[in-house]
Amino acid sequence: MTDTTKILPGGARRLHISADVLQLSYRLLAALLICVLLSLLTDSFLSLNNILNVLRQASLMFFVAAGLTLVVLTAGLDLSIGANVGLTACLAGTVIHVTGSPTLGVLVGIGVGAAIGLANGIMVTALRIPSFIATYGMLWILQGVAYWYMAGETIHGFPPGFRQLGSGYFLGLPIPVYLLVIFLAIGTVLAQRTTWGQEIYAIGANPVAARLSGIPVAARLLLVYTVSGTMAGLASIIFLARLNSAEADIGESLTLPAIASVLIGGTSLFGGVGTVFGTFIGALILTLVLNGMNLLQISASWQPLVTGAIVILAVWLDRMTRRRAF
Amino acid sequence: MNALAPKPAGDAAVPLFELRGISKSFPGVKALDDVSFAIWPGEVHMLLGENGAGKSSLMKVLCGAYTADGGQFFLDGRKVEMNSAADARQLGVAVIFQEFSLVPYLDIAQNIYLGREPKGWLPGTIDRGKILRDAKALLATIGFDIDPSTPVHRLGVAQQQMVEIAKALSQDARILVMDEPTAALSDRETELLFAMIAQLKVKGVAIVYISHRMAEVFSLGDRITVLRDGKKVAEAMPGQSSPDELIRLMVGRNVDTSYPRNFAAEPGPIVLQVSNVSSPNGIHDIDLVVRAGEIVGLCGLVGSGRTEVARAIFGADKTSAGEIRIDGQLRSGGPDKASRMGIALIPESRKAEGLALIRSVGDNLVVSALQKLFPLGLFVPQRAREESGALVRQLRVATPSVKQPVGLLSGGNQQKVVIGKWLAAGAKVFIFDEPTRGIDVGAKAEIFALIDGLVAKGAAVLMISSEQAEIVHVCDRAYVMRDGGIVGELSRQQLSEENIVRMGMHHA
Repeated sequence: MTDTTKILPGGARRLHISADVLQLSYRLLAALLICVLLSLLTDSFLSLNNILNVLRQASLMFFVAAGLTLVVLTAGLDLSIGANVGLTACLAGTVIHVTGSPTLGVLVGIGVGAAIGLANGIMVTALRIPSFIATYGMLWILQGVAYWYMAGETIHGFPPGFRQLGSGYFLGLPIPVYLLVIFLAIGTVLAQRTTWGQEIYAIGANPVAARLSGIPVAARLLLVYTVSGTMAGLASIIFLARLNSAEADIGESLTLPAIASVLIGGTSLFGGVGTVFGTFIGALILTLVLNGMNLLQISASWQPLVTGAIVILAVWLDRMTRRRAF
Repeated sequence: MNALAPKPAGDAAVPLFELRGISKSFPGVKALDDVSFAIWPGEVHMLLGENGAGKSSLMKVLCGAYTADGGQFFLDGRKVEMNSAADARQLGVAVIFQEFSLVPYLDIAQNIYLGREPKGWLPGTIDRGKILRDAKALLATIGFDIDPSTPVHRLGVAQQQMVEIAKALSQDARILVMDEPTAALSDRETELLFAMIAQLKVKGVAIVYISHRMAEVFSLGDRITVLRDGKKVAEAMPGQSSPDELIRLMVGRNVDTSYPRNFAAEPGPIVLQVSNVSSPNGIHDIDLVVRAGEIVGLCGLVGSGRTEVARAIFGADKTSAGEIRIDGQLRSGGPDKASRMGIALIPESRKAEGLALIRSVGDNLVVSALQKLFPLGLFVPQRAREESGALVRQLRVATPSVKQPVGLLSGGNQQKVVIGKWLAAGAKVFIFDEPTRGIDVGAKAEIFALIDGLVAKGAAVLMISSEQAEIVHVCDRAYVMRDGGIVGELSRQQLSEENIVRMGMHHA
């Protein structure tokens, strides 16, 4: 990780440690601190069961937030990811039920997710609708379609093999954790080690200059929104397998925590600054805190308040450590 | 010529408004240097000068946007203070800028009385009937017959200008400052404006009129002041001067710039060919060629369409007609295609359009060369660092490392990074839009040395500059633009500041 982060934007401070490496270190430290604190305060935190549970939860949150990170890097926003998860879960669930083929269901879920992302991208590039508004409208549309399609029904009971994707174990670790590692690697390589990734950072830092530098801005934005939609489609599959049921509203509570993960992970809403790895740590910190509150038997009604406080604290600390002179 | 011009024929004994010894400095620039002039009631006072001569600064002093560092103001012979926009309004000075300050979705009457609406009988309400009546009467006095409840966004440019003038008059303005008021008007609208100015003169309003059109200067002006480098260089009466004399006065400075340039004996083949290009944003029938090893200037006043030509060539703006060829190959599509064909644009606004300020020097240097350096799409940081490091050394960019955010560099070094970005991309046609804007003298010479080095290696360069001295010193040839079209071409032998200005201005 250290090697790849060296070339991240933001440049070097005097110590030749890039601001990004510093920020990731702070965040890992914070996550570690929370772990130490929770293991001292509770008996159950350090249990294998709980740790695996935290990892699985963080993975699920990361799947929804990973694609979003790329969107935010271009100074955009994708508010439709939660609704995307909801609708694709219902469609993929139906396909599995009707055809009995999980493979077909997975393909449909990922395909529909990608198509929704592409539609977002077209609205943002060809129609020049601000991403906030385009994806906000998409949120309502997807929700509407999901409610109409499901008509209050629940799809329940999937083949055991398929359910392994969400709740199974391999060599003692939950399957989603393996997927997490795979997609974390893919996301990091895409952002840090491809020319597309470099161009995405450049677009976020200054879209006008990026265009006048010869970057095909519209094509890259299409890519980014499509990736975000695809990742939502993938997340819907894992959720489907984990919950073993699909309802119209299963994605509704996902969008805001995903944005929180991205922000806590150090990606700037103004674009051009941030990492996919940071988003994973953001998801991890958020999961740890919520898990800790459960273990400490603090009422769940406090969770939104704490989430908001962490987001504000993280962004404020970023501003303090990453002052810009221009 | 430089003697005090005579008083006007009218019966006024003292000027309506007088400036004495006005100075205004900014870090590194003396924008206004001891400028004095008097405005008499019922007179149109023409203000002439090149880009950067100090007209805008003077206008901003007059409307209170700038506070003068030194000098005095007199209204009707009494000394007055002029420190704010409120002071200016109090004294009856109103400026009609080229960019209007009207609220588009309010109607004419609301715009005229904005912030000064007469109160209705209910607290917090506006006497709508009164502002409509008053506006109607006011518009009639300047010969503008229109329903004052028309929303401003439905009006044309000329009509909006009339509303601006009516607004100024409603505030009892006695001195109107107009910045190139005919720039966006048709001939018919210009006639209407002139008729209105005649009516204003009868009412005793004094008008300061900034113009680049010689015909106007002589037909409309009662008195002419020429500014150059922030100084007043002459005051003249139209009957006693000629366009040639005024042009000489505008440009007649001694320029001690000796930019390095090794003129080649023979330029190479045509690299950039622009034929008959028009675009929706105002340029039309542009024909130009640039050969390998040539620096070709593109001159003209600000707003004459130079930047639009540059953007059209680069594909940043759509064209509506004509074609652009690079080495005989048709260029189509946007900037991404253009840059792959070897065109580079070094835009006027480095910070807004040329660089990602929060990104590092290295990131900015390779951003246009990513496809060339990494054809498989896999980015190798080590390779990018080598490339950007080499460019930093070659261009002598003063930066502690390639990891430094480019926003922390000086203007000259930032410009080098923008140029370096296109060197990395392997461009062969370079379009420079005001390459030395905001760059100190030493860095300017370095930038020109760089450009000279480019053409020595066979690049084709098109250079836009408002600094005519630069064009004259550096260019092999130059095209001169006016009102969106190319009005002439000057060969190396014909290149002089006077010729550029003469071509770029409007004649009778």
